[in-house]
Amino acid sequence: MPNSIFEDKINKDLKIEPRDEMPDGYRSHLIRQMSQHAHSEIIGMQPEGNWITRAPSLRSKMILLAKVQDEAGHGLYLYSACETLGITRKQMIEELQTGKAKYSSIFNYPTLTWADIGAIGWLVDGAAIVNQVSLQKTSYGPYSRAMIKICKEESFHQRQGYEIICTLAKGTDEQKQMAQDALNRWWWPSIMMFGPHDKDSNRSEKALNWKIKRESNDSLRQSFIDKTVPQAELIGLKVPDDKLIWNEKTNHYDFGDIDWEEFWNVVNGKGLCNKERIEHHKKAHNEGEWVRKAAVAYSEKKLNKKVA
Amino acid sequence: MNFSTDFEKYIARLADSNLIMGQRLSELCSKGPYLEEDIAISNIALDYLGQANMLYELLKKAGNGKYSVDDYVFHRNERNYYNLLLVEQDNGHFGKTMAKIFLYSTYQKILYSQLSKSTNDDIKAIALKSIKEVNYHFKHSRAWVLRLGDGTKESKVKIQESIDELWRFTGEIFESDYVENNLISENIITASNTYYDEWSKIVKDTLLEALLTEPENVVMLTGGKKGLHTEKLGFMLAEMQYLPRTYPNAKW
Repeated sequence: MPNSIFEDKINKDLKIEPRDEMPDGYRSHLIRQMSQHAHSEIIGMQPEGNWITRAPSLRSKMILLAKVQDEAGHGLYLYSACETLGITRKQMIEELQTGKAKYSSIFNYPTLTWADIGAIGWLVDGAAIVNQVSLQKTSYGPYSRAMIKICKEESFHQRQGYEIICTLAKGTDEQKQMAQDALNRWWWPSIMMFGPHDKDSNRSEKALNWKIKRESNDSLRQSFIDKTVPQAELIGLKVPDDKLIWNEKTNHYDFGDIDWEEFWNVVNGKGLCNKERIEHHKKAHNEGEWVRKAAVAYSEKKLNKKVA
Repeated sequence: MNFSTDFEKYIARLADSNLIMGQRLSELCSKGPYLEEDIAISNIALDYLGQANMLYELLKKAGNGKYSVDDYVFHRNERNYYNLLLVEQDNGHFGKTMAKIFLYSTYQKILYSQLSKSTNDDIKAIALKSIKEVNYHFKHSRAWVLRLGDGTKESKVKIQESIDELWRFTGEIFESDYVENNLISENIITASNTYYDEWSKIVKDTLLEALLTEPENVVMLTGGKKGLHTEKLGFMLAEMQYLPRTYPNAKW
């Protein structure tokens, strides 16, 4: 049987565009992944936004606000890219609020100190970049272009986060403690961001065949660990993993066992902030309803006036 | 920390109003009625913080570098903050937030267009840079006053209530005092009380177009320029300043 145009394009590493024919499974996988990605940007605004009013210098306040604003822009961009697949933003928001759609579980952890803002930039954005750089080569055109655009800003965020952590690590004893404590709390959740091990990830194989995903969870996780451990050592912080050791044979770090029970607990709603994050989103959305209605009513009135 | 010259006192007023305006608006990040508006409000907040930063840099220069920008922001108490009362008021709902930005940016438009003719090059440069930003704040908030005024019944009530509630804080914007006198004679600034007519005309016209009523017989409140505030400011400073105050030896 001859290949379909779709398969042909995938085999030749050409991009699939919104008007191209695509299998239903491809479309629904993309909607799930891209909307989850967009929701993560949006929900991620909350733990970081939590520290804007308390940032310890005017400069760091402005940088953090600009950064969170970037995340909102990424969310907007990804929602639009996802809309090319035939789902509306309204539907996506409903799915987020009813729990049908997920967002990155890392944002269900609380930001307790200023060092957490550094840790999020350094580790969480650092992990996101590893994933997103690989997604620049994803087979769906609008998603690939979104990733290219977003990666540029994310690498700036990662540097911003690392700068905060470096300043703390070089600071007073209390600041050093703050930095180490943040690393202790964010390290494992960050490496869980790449998802289950390849052998346990049932959706991965299809996504790899369709070239939506370009690298497996475990290989992405490994490159994040290899890149990040030396950054921690450079500033005198200790990665909270006793089994972490450089393996000369593989040219990679070996690392300890991931606590998947915790991972699934947080995914399934038992994290410290799952409830708060969605409630915050619903509250803002509901409180904005009268504003959206007024804007529609106003533009309808203006339109009628023009027609009359 | 006390400001010894009229120049420093005047600049501190402008800087503080922008800082507190930006600090208040930054509370709204992730709480907008929809994503595009969330981004717009953060953008406006960033402009205010940026303007505050330039003005504190100017204060630093005027004080021969004795204090840093962050000293001004994090190490002054309520009675040494000189922002307008208007800007420290709660964000309230979206209508109140937009009403506040509208009333403030209308004033800033006039202020910066005057200061862009200043004989002081630093002030002139800050005014020229800021005026572009303020024009956007003005256009954006004015458009919302119109939309909400002529939107639904509910939005009309809400925006009218917001204008009514904030009106009593607008009087002090146009108060001139001894701090301004010498600066006016040196053509560094123009008097705050000369801004009222233009401000009033723009606001009146907008309210009329938005089918809203201008509040009448309102008793005006005052004090911000002298460091006498409403109870709101103390909480804002407590939140904003807590880290540098808790760890006085730390650098961030």
